Amino acid sequence: MMMYEELRNQVISLLSKQTRLDGRKPHEYREVKVETGVSKNAEGSAKVKIGDTEVIAGVKLEVMKPYPDQPDQGSMMVNVELYPMSSPEFETGPPDIFAIELARITDRAIRESKTLDTKKLCIEAGEKAWMVVIDVCTLNDAGNLYDAIYLAAMAAMKDAVFPAFDGVKLEYKNKTEEKLPLSRVPVSVTVFKYGDHILVDPTNEEEKAIDARLTVGVLENGNICSLQKGGDVAIVADDIFRMVDLAKQKSQELRKHL
Amino acid sequence: MTYDKRFDGRAFDEMRPIEAKAGIIKRAHGSGWFKIGNTEAYAAVYGPREMFPRFMQNPEKGVLRVHYNMMPFSSAGERVRPGPSRRSKEISHVAQKALLPVVDLSEFSNAVVDVFIELPQTDAGTRCAGICAASIALADAGIPMKDMVCAISAGRVEDKMLVDLNYEEDSHENGVDIPIAMLHNSKKISLIQMDGELSSDDLKKAVEMVRNACDRIFEVQKQALKKKFDISD
Repeated sequence: MMMYEELRNQVISLLSKQTRLDGRKPHEYREVKVETGVSKNAEGSAKVKIGDTEVIAGVKLEVMKPYPDQPDQGSMMVNVELYPMSSPEFETGPPDIFAIELARITDRAIRESKTLDTKKLCIEAGEKAWMVVIDVCTLNDAGNLYDAIYLAAMAAMKDAVFPAFDGVKLEYKNKTEEKLPLSRVPVSVTVFKYGDHILVDPTNEEEKAIDARLTVGVLENGNICSLQKGGDVAIVADDIFRMVDLAKQKSQELRKHL
Repeated sequence: MTYDKRFDGRAFDEMRPIEAKAGIIKRAHGSGWFKIGNTEAYAAVYGPREMFPRFMQNPEKGVLRVHYNMMPFSSAGERVRPGPSRRSKEISHVAQKALLPVVDLSEFSNAVVDVFIELPQTDAGTRCAGICAASIALADAGIPMKDMVCAISAGRVEDKMLVDLNYEEDSHENGVDIPIAMLHNSKKISLIQMDGELSSDDLKKAVEMVRNACDRIFEVQKQALKKKFDISD
C-alpha cells in the first residue's frame, strides 16, 4: 500500500473537494452502455461498457444430470475470464484469485436473489435438467470490472433463450423463443472507500489506492441479497451502512440498463 | 454431386462482408478488430516488454508470442471449455509463424511482443480472421513491420472451388479447407494448411482466389488504421 500512498493522498484530497482524477463527482458513474445479442452462437449475450472498461458475457445452456441432493432442480454457474488482452496486469493461465472472486461475487448476487427458478430448469427429475453457464470475458480493464461483469452477466441471462431439446437431442442451431425463468432483477453495486470518503466506479488508476470496497447485491424492493468486503483495511459498521445506502441509490441507475 | 449454389447464396469467389477497426482496446499498446461474416476476432498487442520467464529471452532480438483463444460461448455447438486445448495451441503456433516474417524485432533484445487473439463469435475461418486482426494490432502498436499479413481460406465443396468457407461449407463431408496467410507486398505465403483431397490444379486455383481476396482484405485493414490515426486519402 505504501507504493500508492501518494496516489491515495491525491484521491482523498480531490474527494474532499467533491471531485476526482478524471473530474467526476464521487458518486458519478462513467457512461454505461449495454448491448445484447452480440454473439450469435451463444444462447444469450451482452456487451457492457462503463467508460473504457468493456466486457462481454455469453450464456450457454447444457443438459445435465441434476445434482443428487437437488434431483428436481437445474443449476447455474458464473465463470470470469480475465484475458491478458485486456490489461498488462493479467496473465495467461488458469483463473487466479481475482478472477475467482469476481465470478463468485457475481454468482452470489444472482443465486441468492433466487431470481433464477432452478426448479423450472428441471426436465426429468433425477435424470435431466438445464445447466445455465455464464461466461464473462474481459476486453478492456479500465477499472470497476466488478459492476461491469455483473451487468453483463445479468443482461446476457435476460437475453438468453432455450435451444430446442426433444428429450434426447439438443439442437443448438434451433433456438426457441422461451426465455430463462427469471423473476427479479438484482443489481450489484460496488462502493469504494478512501480515508473517510466513498465513491463508485473507480478507474483502474483509482482502484490501486483503495482502502476498502464493498460489493452489494440490491433487489428492486431495496433489500440486499449479497455482500462482499474487499481491500486491506478494516472498516466500522457505520461505514458498511453508509456504503449499502449508496449502493441502493446507485442500483436504481444501473437497473435502467437491464 | 455438384454444388450449384452456396448455402448463403454468395458467388464462389465472393467473400462474406468484412469490417475492421484499429485501437479499440485502450489498455493495449495496439489493437485490432476484424469481422468476416459472423466470425469476429479481437487482437491486442502488448510490448515490446520484458520477457518472463527470463530463460526464454533472446539477447539478439525480441520474441514474438501469439495466443489464440475462443471465448467459451463463441462456438456453434457446446460450450468451449476455457483454457488451452491441443487445437488452440497449434493455431497459436501457426499464427505466430504467419506473423513473424513481417515484424522486425532486431532492436528489442530480451523483450517480448505478446499478441492476444480472442474470438467472441465464430463461423469458420477463425485463424485467418485472428491473423488479420493481429496484423492491424501490430501496426497500431507501432511495431516495425515490413509488410501487412492478410489471411483467408479457400477450398472446395463437392465440385466447386470457392473462397472464404463458412461453417456449413467447412464442415461439409466432401470438402476441403485451405487457410492461407499472404504478405501483401511480396505475395509470399506465411501460413498454409489443408485437409481433404485436392488436385494440384485446384490448389493453384485456391491460391489465386486467396490472392485476389487478400487485396480486398488489405484495403479494409489499411482503412481501419488510417481511420485510427486520422489520415484521410
